[in-house]
Amino acid sequence: MSQINRNAQQLLAPIISNKKVGNYQQIIINVGDLAASCKPGNFVAINVGGDSSSMVLRRAFAISRVTVSSTFGGTMELIVAPHGQGSRWLCAQGEGVVLDIVAPLGTAFGIPTEPMPVLLVGGGYGSAPLFGLAEVLNARGCRVDMLLGASTASKIYAPMEGKRAVNSMRIYTEDGSMGQTGRVTDPIAEIIKDLDIAVVYSCGPMPMLSAITKITNSLSVVHQCAVEEAMACGIGVCMTCVLPVENEDGSISMLRSCIDGPVMDGAKVQWDQVGKQL
Amino acid sequence: MGSGWKATMSTLDFSTTIGNTWFPAPTFTASGCASSGRELAQFFPLREMGGVVTKSVMSKARNGRPTPRMAETPSGMLNSIGLQGPGIDAFIAKDIPYLVEQKARIIVSIAGETVEEYSTLARKLRSVSGLSAIEVNISCPNVENRGLVFACDPDASRRVIDGVRRTIGGELPIIAKLSPDVTDLVSIARGVVDSGADGLALINTVLGMVINVDTMRPHLGGKTGGLSGPAIRPIAVRAVYQVHAALPNIPILGMGGVASGKDALEMILAGASGVSIGTASFGNPTAIMKIQNELKQLLLDRGFTSLKQAIGYAHRPEADNANE
Repeated sequence: MSQINRNAQQLLAPIISNKKVGNYQQIIINVGDLAASCKPGNFVAINVGGDSSSMVLRRAFAISRVTVSSTFGGTMELIVAPHGQGSRWLCAQGEGVVLDIVAPLGTAFGIPTEPMPVLLVGGGYGSAPLFGLAEVLNARGCRVDMLLGASTASKIYAPMEGKRAVNSMRIYTEDGSMGQTGRVTDPIAEIIKDLDIAVVYSCGPMPMLSAITKITNSLSVVHQCAVEEAMACGIGVCMTCVLPVENEDGSISMLRSCIDGPVMDGAKVQWDQVGKQL
Repeated sequence: MGSGWKATMSTLDFSTTIGNTWFPAPTFTASGCASSGRELAQFFPLREMGGVVTKSVMSKARNGRPTPRMAETPSGMLNSIGLQGPGIDAFIAKDIPYLVEQKARIIVSIAGETVEEYSTLARKLRSVSGLSAIEVNISCPNVENRGLVFACDPDASRRVIDGVRRTIGGELPIIAKLSPDVTDLVSIARGVVDSGADGLALINTVLGMVINVDTMRPHLGGKTGGLSGPAIRPIAVRAVYQVHAALPNIPILGMGGVASGKDALEMILAGASGVSIGTASFGNPTAIMKIQNELKQLLLDRGFTSLKQAIGYAHRPEADNANE
C-alpha cells in the first residue's frame, strides 16, 4: 500500500494571474517554497465556491508547471477547463483571491536515469502538464517528441513556449480544424518504431490512455499515464477514485488514483475492468 | 457559570467518556472517512483529536463496489464504496500498530455479512491491545442486499450486538452505529442497548440516488449510495435528540454533516457526548482541528466550564433559561 505524498501541505495561496488561453483558463498562484516539492504529474486539490458554498468537495487539477523563483517566489500554473460548477468558479476568480490548496498530491512521472527517446501524448487540456515534463526530460538529455490531440482546434492546448523543450510536435484534431485529421493515437505505433521510443508519457481522457496502452503493450514499450478518476478528497481517505490495477503477484487490487496515481504504469491498469465489479 | 475570571481564563474540561473509556476531546473521525488515519496524520498529529474511528473492516479483504463511487450533491455527496478494505488480519497487523505508534486513541469499526462474522471479528480484536472501543457498523447502506442492513431490523440488530457483547466480554465499550433510514429509530436504539451496546453512533449515511441525465441511468456503479455532508445534518440532529430523550444515560457519538464548531455544538446540545467528522475532512484535511478549536470557544462563550455540562442541554425544561 502506498502512502500519501510526503510533501503534501495545506496552504493559503493567492492567485497572481488568471487569463484565457483558447478554451481554457491559465491560472498562476503563489505557492512559495511548496513549488520546489512539486513534480510533473503531481496534482493540487483546491477548495471551490467560497465559505458559504454548497460544493463540499475539493477539485483536483494537474499541476501544469511550477517556477521555483520568480518575482513572486514559487509559483504554480494550472490549465483549467471551465466544465463544471467548481472549475467555472475557479476560472472566475481574479488576481489576489486567496485559494485554499493542498499540494503536491499523488505520484509523479518517472524520469529515466539515462537519456533516451521518449514520446509525450496529450489529449485536450491533458497536454498541460506535459510541457513541464518535457522540460525535465529535455534537461535529462532525452529526445522529446510530442503528439497532441483533441476533437477540435479550440480544445488543443499548445503554448508557443512549450515547443522549446520538444524536438517535434504534431497535432491531430478529429474534425481536421487544426493539424492533421484523425486521432492522436493513429501515428503512435509508427513513431515508436521510427524513433525507437523507450517510454510513452500520456495525460488525457481515459479512453485515450487505454488505447495507448494497447499499442505500447504490443510493442513492449513502457507507458506512464496520468489517469483521471472522480475524486472526493484527493488525499486517500474517501476510496472513491479507485482503479483496478495488477499487483506484483498477478492479483488485482482497487488502487486509489490519488495515492497510487495519478501517474500509473499503463500496462498494470486493467482498462477493461474499469467500472466493473471485481 | 459566567461569574468572574474563570471562564475567560479558558479553563474548559473538554474531555468526554464513552462507556468506561475517557477521551481528552470529543472529536473523532467518522468510520469510512479517514481510512486508517495515516493520510490525515500528514496534516495534524492524530493524538490531538479525541480518537480515530477506523474504516469498517470485514473478515476478508474486499474490493468494494464498481466506479463511479461518488457524486457530489447540494451540500453533500453520495458515496458507494461497499466496504473496500484489507480484511481484519492485515488491518490488525499493519494499521493498528501504526495508530498505536502515533499515540492515537483507536475505535475499530467492524462490519459483517452475518451475525457470526461480527462475533468472529470481535474475537480477533479481543486480544489486540491499545483499543479504546469497538464500533459495530450494522448500518452500511452500500451492501448488495438491503436485508443485510441489520440496523433496519430490530431483531437482527439485537442479535449482532448480543453476539459481539458475549465475545468481547465487559472490557471494551461497544458502540452500535445505526441508520436513520428506519421508521422507529428509538426502538432500534433501545434494542441494541438492551443487548449490551454501551454507546450509539448516530447517524450512518442516508440512502440516496443520482441519475445522470446524459446517460439517463443511475450515476453510481452501485446505483444507490449513502448521502453525507451538511445536507443530512438536520436529520442527524433530530436522531440524536430523539434517542437522547429516550435514553439519556447512553453516550452518543453524533455525526452527519458536522463541518464547523457550531455544527458540533448542535450535536452536543442535542445529546451527543462526542462528534464524528466525515465528509468535512474530504473538503478540508484539517477540518477536525478547526472544528475542535471552534467548539472549545463556543462552549466558553456560553459559560460552560466542561463539555459534559453541554451534553443534551437543549433538552432542559422550559423554565430553565439561565443561559438565555
